[in-house]
Amino acid sequence: MAEAGPADPPVPPFAGPVVFTRHGVRRGARAAVPLLLGLTPFALVVGVIAAGKGLSLLETLLMSGLVFAGSSQLLALELWTDPAPVLAATLAAAAANIRMAPMGAALSPWLDRLGGWKLWGTLGIMVDHSFALSVTEMRAGGRDAGFLLGIGLVMYAAWMVAVAAGHLLGGAVRLPPGHPFLFAGAATFAALLATIWRGPRADLLPWLLTAALAVLLHGLNLPAPLPLLLAALSGAALAAWLELRRVPPAAAR
Amino acid sequence: MLRGDVLLAILGMAAVTYLCRAGGYAVLRVVRPPPFVEAWLRHLPGPLFVAYVALAFSALGWAGLPAVAAVLLAQRLSGSLGAAILAGVAAIWALQWMGVA
Repeated sequence: MAEAGPADPPVPPFAGPVVFTRHGVRRGARAAVPLLLGLTPFALVVGVIAAGKGLSLLETLLMSGLVFAGSSQLLALELWTDPAPVLAATLAAAAANIRMAPMGAALSPWLDRLGGWKLWGTLGIMVDHSFALSVTEMRAGGRDAGFLLGIGLVMYAAWMVAVAAGHLLGGAVRLPPGHPFLFAGAATFAALLATIWRGPRADLLPWLLTAALAVLLHGLNLPAPLPLLLAALSGAALAAWLELRRVPPAAAR
Repeated sequence: MLRGDVLLAILGMAAVTYLCRAGGYAVLRVVRPPPFVEAWLRHLPGPLFVAYVALAFSALGWAGLPAVAAVLLAQRLSGSLGAAILAGVAAIWALQWMGVA
């Protein structure tokens, strides 16, 4: 799932009232279908790794249904220990998902007109892709907030089915430790990096600093997930500093 | 089967994730964080994945480098996440077969 930047140019004022219709939900659902090509392998990997870490099908589906955020699930599963690492998994989820905090705010011209389950339910299944498509739709003058929910519903259903399939597959094969397929989780993140790379000016230094710090802190025997979190926070701080130095905030508004 | 410790970890993950999704909307539409904080949160996913990949593949030693390169190349050439994951798994398999990983 590619990440999209939520803090972009200001949204133009709306010509008419925002609505939330079945038609909008259906249109969102149709827009989500091509996205399943990218979601399916990711979900299969999450299912296989969950089985490899000893999670039952019920536990795997409960995590996928309640968290529904692939990169944070994979990250937590890679840190998984026995007994379950409650604090490490929670911290990993917070770090991986904090990027979604500005997304709802960016969609506020739509969301401010909703209430109850339409608002809090739609927000609950918002993901990178549904945000990116919806913000594009909104900036093009779209006024039906059902679009956001429609994309989320189709991705949610497909996520649950494919994670379950991955779990059944992983359970049937019973991969031994060190099996090449267990690197599929790391390979998934490496592939995601290729999709979110914005060029050497923006990303090279922050990413190099992050990689070096992660390996160094791990070498100093800091407990997981500290090397991961400290390195990522430092790299992101450098990326933010580089961006603000290039584009002063006053000019960006 | 549903173990108590696993359920607790799942509920912790679910709670912070919902807070990011819904709490972010509730708070950030009222309070605008300083530009640095906003940019920092926005830039977190890239370095997070970098840190993860660096740790996972450094466990393989130098053999990790060609495996990462295979994934990046496959993703760039094919644009397909599935193909990129398979390329990484195939590279690890080949490296193990050659006895270097």
